[in-house]
Amino acid sequence: MVKFAPYIQTESQKIGRQNVNPKTLSYIVKRILLAVLTVWVVLTITFFVMHFVPGGPFASEKAITPAVQAALEAKYGLDKPLMEQYWTYLVDAFTKFDFGPSLKQRGRMVIDVVKDGLKTSAKLGLIAALWATVAGVVLGASAALKRNTVLDRIIMVISTAFVSMPSFIMGSLMLLFFSVKLGLVPANGETAKGLILPVITLGLSPMANIIRLTRSSMLDVLGQDYIRTARAKGVAPLRIIFGHALKNALIPVITYIGPMLAYIVTGSLVVEQIFAVPGIGRAFVQSIINRDYPLIMGTTIVLASLIVIMNLISDILYKIVDPRIDFS
Amino acid sequence: MLNRKKPFSIQQDLGDFRPATDKEKEYLVQMRPSTTFFRDGVKRFMKNKVALVSFIIIILITLGCIIIPFFWPYSYDAQLGVTPGKPVDSSFKNLKPFQYGKTELKRIEAGEKVFPHVFGTDSAGRDYFIRIVYGTRISLAVGFFASIIVLVIGLTVGSISGYFGGKVDLVIMRIVDIIYSLPDMLMVILLASVIREPLSKILEGSVMEKIGSNIISLFIVFGLLYWVSMSRQIRGQILSLREQEYVLAARTAGAKGKWVITKHLLPNCISVIIISTALQIPSAIFTESYLSFLGLGVNAPMPSLGSLASDALNGMYSYPERLVIPAVMISLIVLSLNLFGDGLRDAFDPKLNG
Repeated sequence: MVKFAPYIQTESQKIGRQNVNPKTLSYIVKRILLAVLTVWVVLTITFFVMHFVPGGPFASEKAITPAVQAALEAKYGLDKPLMEQYWTYLVDAFTKFDFGPSLKQRGRMVIDVVKDGLKTSAKLGLIAALWATVAGVVLGASAALKRNTVLDRIIMVISTAFVSMPSFIMGSLMLLFFSVKLGLVPANGETAKGLILPVITLGLSPMANIIRLTRSSMLDVLGQDYIRTARAKGVAPLRIIFGHALKNALIPVITYIGPMLAYIVTGSLVVEQIFAVPGIGRAFVQSIINRDYPLIMGTTIVLASLIVIMNLISDILYKIVDPRIDFS
Repeated sequence: MLNRKKPFSIQQDLGDFRPATDKEKEYLVQMRPSTTFFRDGVKRFMKNKVALVSFIIIILITLGCIIIPFFWPYSYDAQLGVTPGKPVDSSFKNLKPFQYGKTELKRIEAGEKVFPHVFGTDSAGRDYFIRIVYGTRISLAVGFFASIIVLVIGLTVGSISGYFGGKVDLVIMRIVDIIYSLPDMLMVILLASVIREPLSKILEGSVMEKIGSNIISLFIVFGLLYWVSMSRQIRGQILSLREQEYVLAARTAGAKGKWVITKHLLPNCISVIIISTALQIPSAIFTESYLSFLGLGVNAPMPSLGSLASDALNGMYSYPERLVIPAVMISLIVLSLNLFGDGLRDAFDPKLNG
């Protein structure tokens, strides 16, 4: 005879419900490995590409005697075999974030230049990402709720225009109209007031993308059965919008966090140049112009790792929030 | 007619095999002529006003930058006012739109007709309109050829991966995964800034020199990095198409491999190929203008829209039009190419509506 025991949740079942399932976990592990691999590939490509530059890093120095050249190379460890240099660089970069000294900014380490720049750039980028997300979600959701009205059309036209506009064009035009013609804000980005324009410039295109994403996923969600059920139950309209619809409509927006950051990082390279913001982007562009190779390498690696990590976080978040999605 | 007396008889009723009467044939008349896949797509595309207008704009811009240099009296690198053996006439520098230089004004007074500088001249006294035309030409050409490179590599790798499957597929897809997660713009800047110098030495004296080492390095970078999403799409398409019910149905009905490939696999792949190539062009133009803006694009004196905009930044206070014109041009090209690509996608692959 079979005895039916009362249904008691075991400890493991309880944990199993709250934690992520093993498939998600293996996905996360795979994703982290891929990210580490990517950072390593970036580092390797950067290192070897830089060493294929003919003449070496001191080629542009004027009137250099062979003895001085040798001394310089010995000082920077350039006389060692390539693989040994690569290994040293790799170990230093991964363990100590040490990318060697800058060649053109005397007496400064690359990591210090990067750190200084990153402070300003992070502020700039985070504020831009924040306002872009908030404005994008609000506008996108209202476009979906007021579908096929004038408001919807206006929002969509604006977002289409901003999606295709390159950030450097937007930045230049902003500078032209708001600071040269109207004189509202200073053209120099070193003060807090001067950061207004770069922040707006950087956020416009991500905002446009988020508007489109939110609108289409919101429309999708609003057509679902559970929204109709909620309406039929008599749930208040505002509760439907915020509690039922928006919560689910925002899931696709999470995937955009990674690409948005990548866009903001690459956008900040030119935007910081245009508005003279003393950030890491300007350091990167300046290092290319000055051929400061260690600085180019260091900045590339830091920025690339930043983008890879943000992509990783947004992918993992997405998987955790919505376990139905299969990435394979 | 069923033989009612003997329900299990397998004797065929010859009446079933009589030729159809005219009345019966009428039921089979098609209500409208059958269309091919391509014609159907074109019809759907024509209904999309926005995409159609974008297409016309692209055609006009393309024709414009091919034809205008033939009859325009100024060239993109000629510094007006600089004649060999005479002192430099600086009145040609920084002209506003429709202004003339000193010698030109004298010629006008003498009753001669002088072709106007529609957009003025730049700080070196070069006609700005023709520089914009050439810049547009460069941008479009770079976008087009870069997309072709991406298409060829992506198509080859994607179809190999999708067709062979198994270990080949696994290895290729892992490589694709890594390249895909590389931050493309940073890598492009890095490679472009490093490749161009050794490349210009290699190219010296060859036909390629005129194109410029920067453009070639741009193409190399595109060939190295940008094919991954194309190859992913094509691989996915081939994989999923092979398993489609209609392919199975065609096979069951006795279709041979050639028929399945030409009638089922290729038409469905082609839409993906066309669409992703079309959407690749604006992204290539975007990258080119971005690099030119950073000074890593085309070699001077060849103009590109990005380098024109970046040159104009210095003189922005006095000559804002020099910034606005290339800016509007880039935005117009990228916007209409994007809308055109979206229109193509909607017309040729309604399933992909994203």
